Amino acid sequence: MDFALTDDQRAFQDAARSFARGELAPHAAHWDEASEFPIDTIRRAGDIGFCGIYTPESAGGLGLNRVEASIILEELAAGCTSTAAYISIHNMVSWIVANWGQPAVTEVWAQALASGQKLGSYCLTEPGAGSDAASLKTRAEKRGERYYLSGSKMFISGAGATDLLVVMARTGDNSAKGISAFAVPADAPGIQYGKLEHKMGWNCQPTRMITFDAVEVPEVNRLGAEGEGFRIAMKALDGGRINIAACSIGTAQAALDRTAAYLNTRKQFGQELAQFQALQFRIADMLTELVAARQMVRLAAWKLDTQSPDATTYCAMAKRYATDVGFEVCNQALQLHGGYGYIREYPLERHVRDSRVHQILEGTNEIMRVIVARAALKEGATEDLR
Amino acid sequence: MFSDEQLMIEEAARRFSRDVLAPGAAARERAAAIEPAVIEGLAQIGLLGVTVSPEYDGVGADYVSYALALMAIAEGDGAVSTMVSVHNAPFCAILERYGSEEQKQRVLRPAARGEFIGAFALTESHAGSDASALRTRARRGGKGWIVDGSKQFITSGRICGQVVVFAVTDPTNPKRGISAFLVPSDTPGFNVAKLEHKTGQKASDTASLSFDAMELPNEALIGAEGEGYRIALSSLEAGRIGIAAQSVGMAQSALDYAIRYATERQSFGKRLLDHQAVSFRLVDAKTRVEAARQLVLSAARLKDAGQPCLEQACMAKLFASETAEAVCSAAIQTLGGYGYVEDYPVERIWRDARVCQIYEGTSDIQKIIIGRSLAAAA
Ligand SMILES: Cc1cc2nc3c(=O)[nH]c(=O)nc-3n(C[C@H](O)[C@H](O)[C@H](O)COP(=O)(O)OP(=O)(O)OC[C@H]3O[C@@H](n4cnc5c(N)ncnc54)[C@H](O)[C@@H]3O)c2cc1C
Ligand SMILES: Cc1cc2nc3c(=O)[nH]c(=O)nc-3n(C[C@H](O)[C@H](O)[C@H](O)COP(=O)(O)OP(=O)(O)OC[C@H]3O[C@@H](n4cnc5c(N)ncnc54)[C@H](O)[C@@H]3O)c2cc1C
Repeated sequence: MDFALTDDQRAFQDAARSFARGELAPHAAHWDEASEFPIDTIRRAGDIGFCGIYTPESAGGLGLNRVEASIILEELAAGCTSTAAYISIHNMVSWIVANWGQPAVTEVWAQALASGQKLGSYCLTEPGAGSDAASLKTRAEKRGERYYLSGSKMFISGAGATDLLVVMARTGDNSAKGISAFAVPADAPGIQYGKLEHKMGWNCQPTRMITFDAVEVPEVNRLGAEGEGFRIAMKALDGGRINIAACSIGTAQAALDRTAAYLNTRKQFGQELAQFQALQFRIADMLTELVAARQMVRLAAWKLDTQSPDATTYCAMAKRYATDVGFEVCNQALQLHGGYGYIREYPLERHVRDSRVHQILEGTNEIMRVIVARAALKEGATEDLR
Repeated sequence: MFSDEQLMIEEAARRFSRDVLAPGAAARERAAAIEPAVIEGLAQIGLLGVTVSPEYDGVGADYVSYALALMAIAEGDGAVSTMVSVHNAPFCAILERYGSEEQKQRVLRPAARGEFIGAFALTESHAGSDASALRTRARRGGKGWIVDGSKQFITSGRICGQVVVFAVTDPTNPKRGISAFLVPSDTPGFNVAKLEHKTGQKASDTASLSFDAMELPNEALIGAEGEGYRIALSSLEAGRIGIAAQSVGMAQSALDYAIRYATERQSFGKRLLDHQAVSFRLVDAKTRVEAARQLVLSAARLKDAGQPCLEQACMAKLFASETAEAVCSAAIQTLGGYGYVEDYPVERIWRDARVCQIYEGTSDIQKIIIGRSLAAAA
């Protein structure tokens, strides 16, 4: 067993770190404040491959594994959580299209997505179907060689600013097997974008509702087979969960770095805050939990890379744990800055606002527990899950 | 349990909170201001002089009533509750306890009638938890005193009519060298240097103040020269009951919203509330809010009985503020994605409540004070 990163992995980590420091961190506060979606910056991330990190090389991606994706996204999130998180969703879309797209679609889209020239959105959630995504109601009705999509999708990241929507819609019965996935150009007639959601955080990426009114989609735009949509959506989310977990880790690391430095410089009662034992223990706990969470994420990513049958369970555990720890570390970091943690001049409160949603999306942390519990309670399961 | 008077005050606050504060809270946050009509409304029902004696135009109610009223106000709008809380105690409470008769007539009476808002300026950029490290300096001169320096994070700094300012009058004596001054905000040399842009509490302004050769008359001094540190610390007792009460109010409103939501929203074919994990989390939240409420009321009862209550007030503030954050976070989680967007109130309440663990002494500072009594009791 070797916990060290390879030379290649360190090189990607360095590249991501310098991109984050040079291109993300200096602007993150402004993007948050102005609700500005930094498309040009995301394209530049694409130039160095970060828009198709685990998309196969044949489709224009870097073809890296999920451990490496987690390493890169973690570094990006340390620069700007919300931009990194959008990039992580885009990576999921790029990967889906490259893997399940029919040639007519991949020819047009795969390279463009992997390079970041075109951006994607992942459309699963509906107003009435969040946690219970398999109950979605958006319909794709087949007439001849075409499908007609009708329904609405809620909380879609990037919506209104992206070029391609991966949409899960019902083509068959009311079960998960009745769902298919489609690649839908974002400007197709019949698509309408709802108002910009005003959110607690993640402000530099738009979140919108999308409604589909008999949107015509050629059959070749179906991703995978009919009825395979939910499986594709869930497979993509295994990786998505690692990505979002990595974004929590990176954000928390940035908060921790800054807090350790602050404790060493800020003085109260005639001494550095670092001299107070309660604060020493707090930062010790923050660091301990963060290291544990990072290893958990890498373990889950490795399970996915090695196609372990229990990968989904590990991804769920990692997502639950790392997003909880990530939020807690950021929140403690805010507290350790006293009043300065609560004002926007300092990044701590943004880290807290941004990382809060990681406990909610890509499957809430309750749904992660549902997944883990289901696996844990199978007879003898804990012999293997350990 | 409660007297008729206590219930009457609570009811008046609750009605105002429901009818005026809650419906306008989101707009108030966007405008980053509390509209004058709100201040007038609060004044009309006596909430800007709750514990001030009727002799000085206050309601003359006890601290239990005050806590109940603040809980109700905070349920409607956490930012308004901060302004109300600072105005009542420390501001009015300090004047009533330490002010001269002249100061009470001139300033406390109109304050208690709600004709202006009072502020409390202790914190400085390098003196937060350690309030004894103040650098703002008051020297004898001019008509009485000349004050130079700056203050950080002052609630209502922009809108206040009067502010209690703590300044060093004798630099050779760290704790007995601080004095308290009553400063009208239109005094020449009084400047609002900056307004903070915050996580929450946006309608309640938080300002940096700077004093530039600000000249004050002798009558500006509150209590005796050198008594400032004692005044500041003693006033924090009531202040902490206030913050604790606010915390309970904010937690309660987030909890109520989440419970309602969980009875209406469905997932997997049943109400959210019918998932044990959802319901148990809300039960824990409810239990904690109730415990916090009782701690606050117990501290207020001690204060009303004239007994020492610093430790109780600190425990109430510590527990209630941490509870408020945890409960608001549970409420956000209960709403799922809807908890994260501004169309629903719970994320705002979380942002408003977050500061309760920071101002009027951080949680660590409460623990330091409570910790002192551990040794004393042994
Ligand atoms: C900023 C943002 C960006 C998003 N981006 C996207 C996106 O790009 N694409 C996309 O498809 N979706 C996106 N989402 C949607 C997100 O994935 C959903 O919000 C999430 O899955 C939860 O669904 P919901 O909001 O409907 O909550 P609900 O499903 O209504 O859940 C409410 C609460 O009940 C709990 N709960 C539900 N069922 C159970 C159960 N069986 N047991 C215990 N507890 C339960 C939940 O955990 C939650 O706490 C985004 C959301 C946000 C806020
Ligand atoms: C919205 C808002 C409104 C405010 N309103 C007012 C107001 O009206 N008037 C006013 O005077 N002030 C006000 N304040 C200031 C507030 O009271 C201070 O921010 C608070 O006292 C903490 O001081 P600080 O920010 O300097 O943090 P610091 O004192 O620098 O503390 C930083 C961290 O170190 C910890 N710490 C400090 N000392 C110790 C120790 N000895 N042992 C262990 N841990 C320690 C703290 O708990 C904290 O986590 C307000 C602040 C805010 C954010």
